Formats: sequence, structure tokens, C-alpha cells
Amino acid sequence: MGLFPRRGISVRFFEMIEIVDLHKSFNGQQVLKGINLKIANKELIAVIGRSGGGKSVFLRHLIGILKPDKGRIIIEDVDITEIGSKELDSVRQKFGVVFQGGALFDSITIYDNVAFPLREKLKLDKSKIKELVANALEDVGLAGAEKKYPAEISGGMRKRAALARALVTEPQIVLFDEPTTGLDPILLHSIHKLIIDMHKKYSFTGVIITHDIPEIFDVVDRVAFLYDGRIAEIGAPDEIRNSANPISRQFITGSLEGPIEIF
Amino acid sequence: MKILEKFIRNVGSKTIFFIRMTGHMFIFLITSFYYVFVPPFKFRLLLKQIMFMGNKSLLVICLIGSFTGMVLALQIFYTLSKFGSEAMLGPAVALSLIRELGPVLAALTVTGRAGSAITAEIGIMRITEQVDALVSMALNPMRYLIVPNIIAAILVFPLLTAIFDVVGIFGGYVVGVRLLDLSSGTYFSQMKQYIDITDIEIGIYKSISFGIIVSWVCCYKGYYTKYGAKGVSQSTTEAVVLSSILILVWDYFLGAVYL
Repeated sequence: MGLFPRRGISVRFFEMIEIVDLHKSFNGQQVLKGINLKIANKELIAVIGRSGGGKSVFLRHLIGILKPDKGRIIIEDVDITEIGSKELDSVRQKFGVVFQGGALFDSITIYDNVAFPLREKLKLDKSKIKELVANALEDVGLAGAEKKYPAEISGGMRKRAALARALVTEPQIVLFDEPTTGLDPILLHSIHKLIIDMHKKYSFTGVIITHDIPEIFDVVDRVAFLYDGRIAEIGAPDEIRNSANPISRQFITGSLEGPIEIF
Repeated sequence: MKILEKFIRNVGSKTIFFIRMTGHMFIFLITSFYYVFVPPFKFRLLLKQIMFMGNKSLLVICLIGSFTGMVLALQIFYTLSKFGSEAMLGPAVALSLIRELGPVLAALTVTGRAGSAITAEIGIMRITEQVDALVSMALNPMRYLIVPNIIAAILVFPLLTAIFDVVGIFGGYVVGVRLLDLSSGTYFSQMKQYIDITDIEIGIYKSISFGIIVSWVCCYKGYYTKYGAKGVSQSTTEAVVLSSILILVWDYFLGAVYL
């Protein structure tokens, strides 16, 4: 039994995201070698894999920051690899992204950071923005830190502020790029709990890129193991935890012995 | 034979890289100008950049301007005194400043002070994923990071150049009139007679074009910075060096056209 109560898969079964045969290479080096993945509406899925294994590259494809060499990425019936920048921007309206380091704008305060998408994207009026930002900061436990600049708060607070900024527009899909990297175990669990609470509250489809094994098994509905540019295994957390696949087993246990080459 | 092949390969790859980068930079410039004219405009960011590039460069512009004028007056007075035409000091200082030194030195000064900071700021925003964050919010980073800098530079460079010229002319006055005993009337009246409005226009055109060059190069280098602290420092150095070279080359080109 983990720290959090086990999550039941209570998703509505239509695909929010479908990735078909995704390939990407940089300077001749193939990073993604044919990823196939379907993510259901309101599902919370973790993508685990080795450092430098292409997880962040995969995430960047989902939001169209990177273009694939081959393959399709379908977001709610729209293939984003075939559309122009204007249409892509309208698909991006569905997304909220929590970047690895938070990616908060360091020249403006936490309040302005969270208010930024509301002001610039949704063009809401001042009083509505004030209300939504206050709620979002309250949700992530940052009420009172509005006037601080990103450089003046701790790493954990920055991650929470980034989460508030990603969720304030109530997006349909939220992407988390290693949301707990560099945090101590208590902060790590607090961010995981926050993700679960926010998922319950806003019911978004979530993709979490992470290394937090085994903690992430208590957070998500499914786990996909990315290895050698492909999805090596996918299933419910317990299936992955008890996997017979020697590659998955070695990765989950962190053993130096096994089929995975260490360097 | 192998050395020759290696040499040709090296020259070839460097040439291809240079052509590619030049093309990429021009596409960047054209895209930026497209967003300069297409709304929505970010006035607050524009004001912020005008403040940063203009107001905060004032002191250093005045300092460099005054000493440039003083040095010019000393050197020109020495040369003119050999021909007994010291009375021409005013127009000589003013012409050198208005047509050449004002626009060029003001541009080089702003490149060092504000241009490098722009590259570093955009570069850090790139490596810390702040640029990606804008993209993920369906917002165009060009509008937020590049366009305000380009418009601010077009507005600010001629003004800073004008201030540089005026301060420089007064620097020349201090040396010529106060130290070298030239009459104050001679210094200014001769200036009036020899300086044409076209000289001032040339100075303004030059400074506007330098503003475009500096903001373009510095924004480009920041926007496409390589990863890590080393990437940002390299981009900043490249931005300052390339801007400075382009300012001087373009200055020569314009000088040859206008003379």
C-alpha cells in the first residue's frame, strides 16, 4: 500500500491523445524509433524511462514544439503534424504544461506569472483574473507569495507556482515534465498529492514524465516504459511493478545487472 | 593530398554554415518585421525596452560623447593649426560627430551595454524553457521578446545619437574655446555655415539602420542560443562581435553611397 489511496481508472473511454509510429532523430541519432500510444480522456499516465532516453523529446512533440520526422500525433481527432501554426495554436489552448524547472518568467512576480495566460491568452478582465489567480495559488498552497519573484522562492514553491500557472486556465490536457526533479522526498510526495488533488478537481488528461519509481505508481492510472525509442511496456502500475519483462524489471529495481547497458 | 582534401572540406563546410546562418538570420529579420506591423502590439513591453535601452544608456552615452568631442577637438585643432585654419574647428568636430562618430559610437556603446544584456536575457529564457512556455500557451514568443526590442531600437538609437552629437559638440567647445582660446562665436557660427540638413539626415538614417542591426543580431543570437551557461556566454560574445562588425561595415557602405 502506497502513501496515497490507490486510484481506480475512472476514465471516459475515448482517446484524447493518440500517437502513431512517432520517429525523431537529431544529427543522425535516432531518439524516438516508433512510439505508439493511446491516452484516454481524463487518464493520468506516467512515462518512465532512462535519462536521455527521449522522454522530454516525446513530451515536446505532444504540444508541437518539436516536429516529428515521421508519425502522427492526434489530439482529440486533430492530427497536429498536418496543421498550420494557427490551427496548432488553437489545439495548444487545450494544454497546460509544467516544465522541468518551472519555466516561470523571472522578470515578473508569481501573481503575474499565474495571471499571464489569463491576461494574454484568455483576455479576461482584471477582477476575474484576480479571483482565478487567488484560487489557483490557494489550491497549490502559495497564497501569500503573490508578490514574490521566482528567484525569491524555493524550488518546491516554483514547481507549485508552475502547476498553478498550468492549471489556472483549466486545460483539458496537462503535461508534466519531471515535476519533482531535485525535490526532497516530502516535497516530492506533496507535489504528487497536489497532482492527484488537482486531477480530481479539474479532471484533466495528464501525462507525467518522471523518474520517481516507485512513488509514481501510487499516483497514475497507467505507466508507459519508454526504452530504446519505443514503448517497451505499458500497463496499470501493478502490472509494471510486477512485470516479467527483464528490461522493465531491471529499470524499476535500478539493478546494475541485466539487459540494460549502463553507459 | 589528404591535407588538401581536408582543407577543401573545411572551407566548404564553413561556407555552407555561413550561407545557412545568413539565410536563417534574414528569415528571422523578415518574420520579426512582419510582427512589427501586425497586431496585437505589446506597448508595455515596448515602453520597458525603451526605458532599458534608452534611459539607462543615457549616462554612458553622455560620458563617451563628451570625451569623444573633447579628443576630436584636440586632434583636429592640432591638425588645423598647421594650416592656420583653427576657425574651422567647430564645423570639423560637428561634421565628424554628426555624420560618422555619433551614430557609430552610440551604436557600439548601446551594443555593449544593452545589446549584450538582451542576448543574455533571451538566451537564458530559451535555456530555462521560458520561450517554450510561451509557445505552449499558444503565444508567439516573437511578439513578446523580439518585436519590442526592434521597435525600441529604431526609436531609441537616433535619439541617443542626437544626444551623443550634442554632448560631443559641447565637449569640443570646452576644449576649443575654454582650453585652446578659440572664440565662442567662431566655433558655433562656422558650424552653422558648413553643416547642412542632409548631414543630419545621414546621421539619423545611419543610427536607425544601426538600431535595426543591433536589435536583430542580439535578439537572433539570444533566441537561438545553445544550451548551458557556456551557450549563453558564447551567444552574447558572438552578438556583440557580429553587431560591431556589421555596424562598421554598414557604416562604410552607407558612407560610400552618401558621399
